[in-house]
Amino acid sequence: MASTTTTASANTARVLGAGFGRPDQNELDFAARLRRVRLGVGVALTGIVMIFVSYSSAYVVRQGLPTLDPRTGALVRDWLPLQLPNFLLVNTLVLLVSTLTMELARRQAVSAGFGAGTASRTETDRMPWLALTIILGLSFLSGQWLVWRELAASGFYVATSPSSSFFYLLTGMHGIHLLDGILALLAAGAASLLRKSATSTAVVVDATAWYWHFMTVLWVYILCLLEFAP
Amino acid sequence: MATGEFAAHAVHAHAAPTSWIRKYVFSLDHKVIGIQYFFLALTAVFVGMFLSLLMRIHLIWPAAALPLLGEIKPETYLTLLTMHGTIMVFFVLTTAPQGGFGNYFLPIQIGAPDMAFPVLNMLSFWVTALAFFVMIAAFFVVGGAPLHGWTGYPPLSALQSAGPGEGLGADLWVISIALFCVGALMSALNFITTTLDMRARGMTLMRMPLTCWAWFITAILGLLAFGVLLSAGILLLLDRNAGTSFFVPLVTINGQLTGHKGGSPLLWQHLFWFFGHPEVYIAILPAMGLCSQLLSVFSRKPIFGYKAMVYAMLSIGFLGFMVWGHHMFMSGMSPYTAFAFSVMTMAIGVPSAIKTFNWLGTIWRGRIRFASPMLFALGFVSLFISGGISGPFLAQPVLDIQLHDTYFVVGHFHLIMGVASIFGIFAATYYWFPKMFGRMMNESMARWHFFITLIGTYAIFMPMHYLGMAAHLRRYSQLTELKYLHGLVPLQEFMTYAAFITIAGQFIFLFNLFWSMKFGDKASDNPWEATTLEWTTATPPPHDNFGGHIPVVYNGPYEYSVPGAPRDYIMQTDPEVVKAH
Repeated sequence: MASTTTTASANTARVLGAGFGRPDQNELDFAARLRRVRLGVGVALTGIVMIFVSYSSAYVVRQGLPTLDPRTGALVRDWLPLQLPNFLLVNTLVLLVSTLTMELARRQAVSAGFGAGTASRTETDRMPWLALTIILGLSFLSGQWLVWRELAASGFYVATSPSSSFFYLLTGMHGIHLLDGILALLAAGAASLLRKSATSTAVVVDATAWYWHFMTVLWVYILCLLEFAP
Repeated sequence: MATGEFAAHAVHAHAAPTSWIRKYVFSLDHKVIGIQYFFLALTAVFVGMFLSLLMRIHLIWPAAALPLLGEIKPETYLTLLTMHGTIMVFFVLTTAPQGGFGNYFLPIQIGAPDMAFPVLNMLSFWVTALAFFVMIAAFFVVGGAPLHGWTGYPPLSALQSAGPGEGLGADLWVISIALFCVGALMSALNFITTTLDMRARGMTLMRMPLTCWAWFITAILGLLAFGVLLSAGILLLLDRNAGTSFFVPLVTINGQLTGHKGGSPLLWQHLFWFFGHPEVYIAILPAMGLCSQLLSVFSRKPIFGYKAMVYAMLSIGFLGFMVWGHHMFMSGMSPYTAFAFSVMTMAIGVPSAIKTFNWLGTIWRGRIRFASPMLFALGFVSLFISGGISGPFLAQPVLDIQLHDTYFVVGHFHLIMGVASIFGIFAATYYWFPKMFGRMMNESMARWHFFITLIGTYAIFMPMHYLGMAAHLRRYSQLTELKYLHGLVPLQEFMTYAAFITIAGQFIFLFNLFWSMKFGDKASDNPWEATTLEWTTATPPPHDNFGGHIPVVYNGPYEYSVPGAPRDYIMQTDPEVVKAH
C-alpha cells in the first residue's frame, strides 16, 4: 500500500509540475479518494480472507473424519479423491492473463484520472484493456461452468462426496466474488462510455483491480489446495 | 498528502437530499442511518423482551392458556428461547451500540463529514433490516420458527425433519443470519476505513475518545468474526438443502437413514464459536468505551489511564479470538486443549480488571454529577463486575462439567453480555438524545427507569446462579414434572414477578423517549459540558456535521478540571489553551 501511495503522490507531483500555480482541487481529491478506496479494498479483502480461511480449515478437518458404515459397523473414509479436470489449467491461464490486462487498465485509468483536468479525453476513450479484462473474466467463469458440467457428467455432484461438495463450494464462492468484480468493471465501463467523470471511473477501476489481483491469487491458492490435498 | 487530506474533507461526499425518501428512508447520511439502526434495535428489543415474558410466564404457569397463543407446548418454548436469543444477540446487542450510536457519532467525534462509503453504509442498514424481516417471517411459516437455540447446533439445525420449525422456519433463520453477516461486514469495512482515513487535522489516534477506539476495535472484531459465521451459515444451508454432509453424521430419524454421513457437528461448533466468542466483545466493547467516556464527563476528571484503556481493549479483542474452545469443554475435547483454552480465557480477566480499576480510579474523588447517563454508566460497571466475576468459574473445565448448560451460564451471560450492554445502550441514549433530537430526556422518568431496571435485572438474573449450582438445567420447559426441581420453583416464581416489574419499567423508557422528542426541554449545544467534537456543533448537527467548516483538534478528549484553565473543561477544539500550557 505504501508504494502505491508513493506512486500516487509522484503522479500528483508530475501533474502539478506541469505548469500549475496552485494545487488543483480535483487532483488532490483524486489522490485522497484513491487512497481511501484502496484502504477500503484492503479491509474488505481481510474479511473475504476469513471466509476462505474457515473453508480451508473445514476442508482439512472434514477430510480426516471417518464415518460409520451402517452395513458393517466399521469406520470408513467417505472422502473420494477428486481427479481435477485438466480444463482448470486453461481457466487458470485465462485468469492470469486477465490480471495482467486488469493492471494495464488500472494504470491507464489512474493516469487518466490524474490528467483529468489537463489531458484530452482521447486517452480515456480508448480503453481496450478494460473491455478485454471483462471478456477474460467472463471466459473464466464460463470455463468454470464447463468444468462443473464435466464433473457432473462423470458422476460427481454436490452431495456425492465431501471432496466434491468442497470443490463446488470453493469454486462457487470464488466465482461469485469474481462476478462482483466483473459487475464493478461493467459499471466503470458504462460510466466511461457515458463520459462520466474520468476520476470516478478511475477510482472504481483502481479498486476493482486490486480486488481482481487478489481473486487471482486466491484462485491459485484454491487450486493448490484442491490439487495437493485431494 | 497532508494538504490532500484537508482538501478532501472540505467537500462533502454527497449533497443534502431534498426528497422525503432520500432524506428519511434511503438516506446516505450517517446520522439518519444511525437513527434507523437505533429504531430497528428498539423494535427488536421489544419483540425479544415479549418472547422472554412468554417464557417466564410458561415456566411458572405451564398450563396457562395465553391470549393469541393458547397453551405453550414444549416445542413452542424452544422456539421462544431460540428466537429470543437470536433477536437479542444480533438485532439488539450488535445493532444498537455499533450500528446505531457508532454510525451516528463516530464520524462526528473524529471530525469527519460522513462515513467513508455512504452508499455502502445505507446498504448495510437495509441488508440488516431485511435480515430482521426474514427472521420475523420465520414465525409465520408452516411449522413456525426454529427450535435449535441461538447457537444452531447440528444435527438438529441441519435436518429438515428434525422437528417442527426445522423446515422453512430454520431456512429463514439461517438466511437471516447470513444476511446479517453481510450487513455487519459492510458496516465494519466502513467503520475501519473511516477511523483510519477521515480523522480531522490534529485528531491523532491517541486523541480519539475511547468511544471511537471501542467502535474501531469492535469493527475489526466484526470484520474477522462475521466472515466465519457467514461461511458456516452457507455450509449449513447446503447441508439442509443440497444433501451435503459437512456437519451431519450418519443419523437416523424414526429409524430412517437421512442420507447424510461422515459430517461433524463439532466442525459447526468450532466455526460458530470462533465467531461466537468475539461476538460477546462486539456486544460489550462499545459499552465499555461509552462508559469510560461518561465516567470521565460526569466525574469532571480525566479518564484514569487513557493508554491503558486503549491497550486493554486491544488485548481483549485479541484474546477474544483465542478462547472459543471454552464453549466446548463438554464436547469431548482433549484435556490439554481445554487447559490451553482455559488459561487464555482467564487471561482476559487481566485487561478486564485493568479497565474496572481504571473506571474506579476515574470516579475516585471526582465531583460526580449523578445525571441519568452517569447512573447507567455506574450501573454498567456494577453489572460488568458481578457478571464478569462468574466468568473465571465457567472458564475452568472442571467446574464447567458441573455448571455447563445450567442456569448458572444463563445468569452469567445475561448479566455481562445482555444487561451490561443494554445499560450501555441506555446510557448512550440518555447521553446523546439531546444531540440527536435537540431536546433533553425527562430526568425523573429516567431515574425511575434506572432504579427499576437495575434492581429488577439483578432480581431476575442473580437467582439464576443459585439455580445453576442446584443443577437446574436450562431450556427445560416443564419444571413440574421433575421432582428435584420442585424446591426451586419458588425461586422461578420470584424471577417471573421481578421480570414483570422490570418489563413494566421499560415502558417508562419508551414513553420518555417519544414524549421527550416532542415535549422535552430544549437542549443547548453542549448540555453535559463535555469536550468531544459532537458537542462543538449545532444541535442537531447539520448535514455535513460541522456546518461547512472543518474542525481542527488541539487537545485530548478528557481535559477536565485542568489547573489554570478558565472553565473546568477544555474542548478538543480549543486552541488558546495550547498557548496557556
